[in-house]
Amino acid sequence: MSKEPVAVVGIGQTKHVAARRDVSIAGLVREAAGRALADAELTWADIDAVVIGKAPDFFEGVMMPELYLADALGAVGKPMMRVHTAGSVGGSTALVAASLVAARVHGTVLTLAFEKQSESNAMWGLSLPIPFQQPLLAGAGGFFAPHVRAYMRRSGAPDTVGSLVAYKDRRNALKNPYAHLHEHDITLEKVQASPMLWDPIRYSETCPSSDGAVAMVLTDRAGAARAPRPPAWMHGGAMRSEPTLFAGKDCVSPRAGRDCAADVYRQAGIVDPRREIDAVEMYVPFSWYEPMWLENLGFADEGEGWKLTESGVTELDGDLPVDMSGGVLSTNPIGASGMIRFAEAALQVRGQAGEHQVEGARRVLGHAYGGGSQFFAMWLVGAEPPTS
Amino acid sequence: MTREEAPGEREIAVVAFAQTDHRRTSEELSEVEMLMPVLHDVLGQTGLKTADIGFTCSGSSDYLAGRAFSFTLALDGVGAWPPISESHVEMDGAWALYEAWVKLRTGDADTALVYSYGKSSPGSVRDVLTRQLDPYYVAPLWPDSVALAALQAQALIDAGHTDEPALAAVGARSRSTDNPHAQLRGPVPQGDYVVRPLRTGDCPPISDGAAAVVLAAGERARELCARPAWIRGIDHRVEAHGIGVRELTDSPSARLAAERAGAFERPVDTAELHAPFSSQEVLLRKALRLDDGVAVNPSGGALAANPIMAAGLIRIGEAAARIHRGESDRALAHATSGPCLQQNLVAVLEGDPR
Repeated sequence: MSKEPVAVVGIGQTKHVAARRDVSIAGLVREAAGRALADAELTWADIDAVVIGKAPDFFEGVMMPELYLADALGAVGKPMMRVHTAGSVGGSTALVAASLVAARVHGTVLTLAFEKQSESNAMWGLSLPIPFQQPLLAGAGGFFAPHVRAYMRRSGAPDTVGSLVAYKDRRNALKNPYAHLHEHDITLEKVQASPMLWDPIRYSETCPSSDGAVAMVLTDRAGAARAPRPPAWMHGGAMRSEPTLFAGKDCVSPRAGRDCAADVYRQAGIVDPRREIDAVEMYVPFSWYEPMWLENLGFADEGEGWKLTESGVTELDGDLPVDMSGGVLSTNPIGASGMIRFAEAALQVRGQAGEHQVEGARRVLGHAYGGGSQFFAMWLVGAEPPTS
Repeated sequence: MTREEAPGEREIAVVAFAQTDHRRTSEELSEVEMLMPVLHDVLGQTGLKTADIGFTCSGSSDYLAGRAFSFTLALDGVGAWPPISESHVEMDGAWALYEAWVKLRTGDADTALVYSYGKSSPGSVRDVLTRQLDPYYVAPLWPDSVALAALQAQALIDAGHTDEPALAAVGARSRSTDNPHAQLRGPVPQGDYVVRPLRTGDCPPISDGAAAVVLAAGERARELCARPAWIRGIDHRVEAHGIGVRELTDSPSARLAAERAGAFERPVDTAELHAPFSSQEVLLRKALRLDDGVAVNPSGGALAANPIMAAGLIRIGEAAARIHRGESDRALAHATSGPCLQQNLVAVLEGDPR
């Protein structure tokens, strides 16, 4: 049974900032959707269905906000779905939208993800504990810091690696007009001198809280043929989940992440990701996750990921650039962050990434994860249509 | 479904269905504990184990659980090890089933486990549901779900589509079910007005409960079930959110979804409607063109048990189970979400000819 090839023909995002007080949630999502439609040179009438994602409803204090957003997203009279898979949701949402096209259920689908963190408080949104269950320990950083420590111990990585990632991503963000943090005076010394929040994670090695939205128009082969600009083609996509906590879980390199990447590579015919993939938009909310995910995704052997980072391989001009857009470390509207990775990967292979474009990027991986490093969503997009 | 079923497209069926006994409260159970027996039941019916399932999808709401990422704990009940291909919708489980159906249609999986659950007992459902309204202009006024349904019921009465005795009859018929899982069975007093014209008997019980379904494609479905309930069509549509811009006596989204699902091509013998209020059954019967010859809600429907986020999936499960048992040949199943039937899903299920 053959699947319909899926093409990204429109991408739009908002300028991400700490607080968009000038727009409602509806205004925010409509801005991104409008830009994606404009990029695809399509109108609302060309869209067959809408697939929307965001992280928990408590982040804005609105239950199932897609119901209220139906009008703003031109969904009235159409199918509309809401995906929620924790931090990986932006990626999962794009994959559900892609499935609709691949299964030939719909020809052209609008997919969108957002978070308007300024409407509420994400820290408290995640702090509604129930008895006898592990609380998130003062925000996500408290949960992930011990896993970073475990990585450092296992790999022998010097404690300078995390700051290198943050310094790189914040400089990359300066080339991305949509990035939230534009720290023009950033230096490595400033990153290293920033306060310790959750040892070993420093303030400047953490993601900001952002308001923002991102949208993509996905379409079939016929839609791609009509597209005004080069499409990005999906060569593989997968989701994997494992339980939050159990005795056999490897929190440093979760098996769900490895399995998810392996499935994507199999679909895309990738045998050696390090050589065959040109760049990665990786979900790195805390700087140390770059070397950790480099290993988890098969770009480096176990314990070797930090060497790629340290030697400059992941710099914008390195031979495996990671987070060219500035990444989650520079922009984090949580529910949208995964889809931004997917969209930035697509921008790269379309040659539309502007100042942060990687020359000759033909195959780029978009990666997202969420929960307690337990939900993974990834896609690999290419400049050429898939051959199989 | 937006186009005609073409030859070569995969046939997908509901092959197993399980649900809890729905109850007013289940405070002694966590969500995982409530869900576990249902997951074991539905997998047991097919002989499948978690690791045999190609795709898993669930539906639930953090607002009911009162906790962010509540579905992550439910995943523990599935036993997602080795890691599974899995997703979640913050919607009724009927939409999780739709996502799984799409996944099977791509050919990426041959079987899917779909589940959903909701515990309404810890909070006030009427208050909680106000939080799904427009957060700037409407939600601050706290118009609750019964009040909004009452507006719709009154509009139907004013338009001459029904009256209070007819609504009472819907409630009485729904609760005369012999469904052992139903929360309200037998004579239930119509009671006092909650919000005019709706009385207690016109409103759903507050329920805790869970449900699960197994889907399978093609020959796999025939191996797993003696009489699979084939999904001939499934579609869902949403309407505008603002009550003021909608025609409350009609449900164009339900009708369009039914049309796209092929419901009007031939008559159905059974309809499981997700109508939490008696007035909504009146409205849906009209929109879905169900005449008196159709067995509507033999399970009792949402008026007999309304575990929010599972009640829609249960309608699909109940319709499928009637086909499994040979009590139906062609059934319509419906799920809804949002105030006054804002969003509607329709599936058409058929058994093989006998």
